[in-house]
Amino acid sequence: MWTLLQIELFKISKRPRTYIAFAAVAAIVFIFQFAFKADGQSYMDLMLQSVKDTFTFDRVQAINGYFMCYIILNTLLIQVPILIALIAADSISGEANMGTLRLLISKPISRTQLILVKFAAATIFTIFLLLWMAITALFMSLLIFGTGDMLVFRSKGDESQILLITKDDIMWRYLAAFAYATVALTVIAALSLLLSIFAENSIGPIIATVCIVIVCTIISNINVPIIDKNVKPFLFTSYLVGWKGFFYIGTDADGKTIRGSLENWPAIRKSLLILIAHIFILVMAAVVVFKKKDILS
Amino acid sequence: MSLIIEVNHLSKKFGDTLAVNDLSFTVNQGDIYGFLGQNGAGKSTTIRMLLTLIHPTAGNIKLFGKDLSANRSAILQQVGAVIEKPDLYKYLSAYDNLSIFAKMSGTKVTRHLLMQQLHMVGLEDRAKDTVRTFSQGMKQRLGIAVALVHNPALIILDEPTNGLDPQGIADIRNLILRLSREMGKTVLISSHLLSEIELIATRMIILHKGKKMVEGNVATLLDPAHTLIEIETLDNAAAKQLLLESEWAAFVQPNNQLQLMMDKIKVPRLINFLVSGGVQLLSVNSSHSLENYFLSLTTQSGNVDAFAN
Repeated sequence: MWTLLQIELFKISKRPRTYIAFAAVAAIVFIFQFAFKADGQSYMDLMLQSVKDTFTFDRVQAINGYFMCYIILNTLLIQVPILIALIAADSISGEANMGTLRLLISKPISRTQLILVKFAAATIFTIFLLLWMAITALFMSLLIFGTGDMLVFRSKGDESQILLITKDDIMWRYLAAFAYATVALTVIAALSLLLSIFAENSIGPIIATVCIVIVCTIISNINVPIIDKNVKPFLFTSYLVGWKGFFYIGTDADGKTIRGSLENWPAIRKSLLILIAHIFILVMAAVVVFKKKDILS
Repeated sequence: MSLIIEVNHLSKKFGDTLAVNDLSFTVNQGDIYGFLGQNGAGKSTTIRMLLTLIHPTAGNIKLFGKDLSANRSAILQQVGAVIEKPDLYKYLSAYDNLSIFAKMSGTKVTRHLLMQQLHMVGLEDRAKDTVRTFSQGMKQRLGIAVALVHNPALIILDEPTNGLDPQGIADIRNLILRLSREMGKTVLISSHLLSEIELIATRMIILHKGKKMVEGNVATLLDPAHTLIEIETLDNAAAKQLLLESEWAAFVQPNNQLQLMMDKIKVPRLINFLVSGGVQLLSVNSSHSLENYFLSLTTQSGNVDAFAN
């Protein structure tokens, strides 16, 4: 199994398309950093427009590395599923397209092993992509913009909230947020892997994955009670942005933030469990479907 | 002599189409077993079932005396295959491709072993080049190296000469003969180049529309006693009718041409019979090549028992 995983990672590392995702992340992060370095003040003015009379602080200092990373992740983690699909949706369909799938199946490895190794490789790719995001969006931003307390803008129902997290209370939140994002994006990898079994080239599964994510995201954002109650709880897209929960700091009775606290840890934990259940179901479905499939490519 | 492949009542249905229909055959140790049939005859489907790529609808397969479905991994360690085109990872080098598939086959990989395999197929100078730069012939040779790298006892080659030039075809032929004669490997080879099968196969099977038409020793099947005699006359229909009403009826082929399958030594007597019957002969040709034999079987159905071994 370990040898198979090494082979799989070797193959992924040798494919040019693997690096498209890393290049795309770096480019987006760089554009954000450049834009904020050049004109971050305008963004802050826009965000603080409604509270400019009641809330006073140094707006330039508010744009620090932690804040930048939060802004970037807010945008990037919505697009990253496409980058994950580029690799994961190619897992089986790419082999079928190249004609190597029949050679793989004729080797003394079980189909279950093959699917699990493909899934493990896609998960490792996801982890590396998020590590790359952490390096570029967090650590590079800290180098460029420095450290400081972090502002978090939040919409809660009809209200807008601004939370302030002190700089010594931030890093663990990022570590937890990246870990959560890994689990969330692994659902995308598992979905892409399942879809890739049905196709003989990777375009179909990539498009199908993106379409499913878009449709489910739209449904997750529809505010209709019947959907809220009966559909949303079962959609993985309802939990993709759950990483933000690590930045919703708990407050005391006077509204002061409590260092090291989370507003709603049970909700985060529940989201994680639902995402893990999705991964398990999707991977098991992939194993069952693949075991029954006739390889005709 | 032990049986390497035993296929019993194997069938495969795709929807309503019966691709393989109640097929049974055996391959002995050391055989070079020709697998013949027209396009769509069920050759590739059967080969894919032997390699567990396709699940049979009915029947069972035993390789090395063990049930394939129950002992898949252990059996496939002893099997090497080239399935249709030798598709490999185009973005990897010949050396890396060989290394990957050797490891997957459970072989302890050493640089010496891999270079030895590449040398065997004449690619040692291109070891570091990516497969995307290879010609079809080079890919085919690398595919064969991949099939052989783990020293399998059974080698399954599905159209291994596809896309090769005459020299490449001859090289593959010599390699197969060497594998069988010098190394005692069992080879199952499917090819549409019947002349090649005729040169190397010891036993063969001919499939037609998913069914076995004939199986046996090539030497027996191509015996002069089973020569195809093709006759041309001024009135073929009348001549055929004359033959069908005579002692020659058993040898007349049930097709639209005037053909008989019989011992070549009887040809002078046949000619005498026709001439004395008033038939005006234009030509009489005799042949017993595999191609003629194959065509005589596959252009009509039935008339198989006489040649079964």
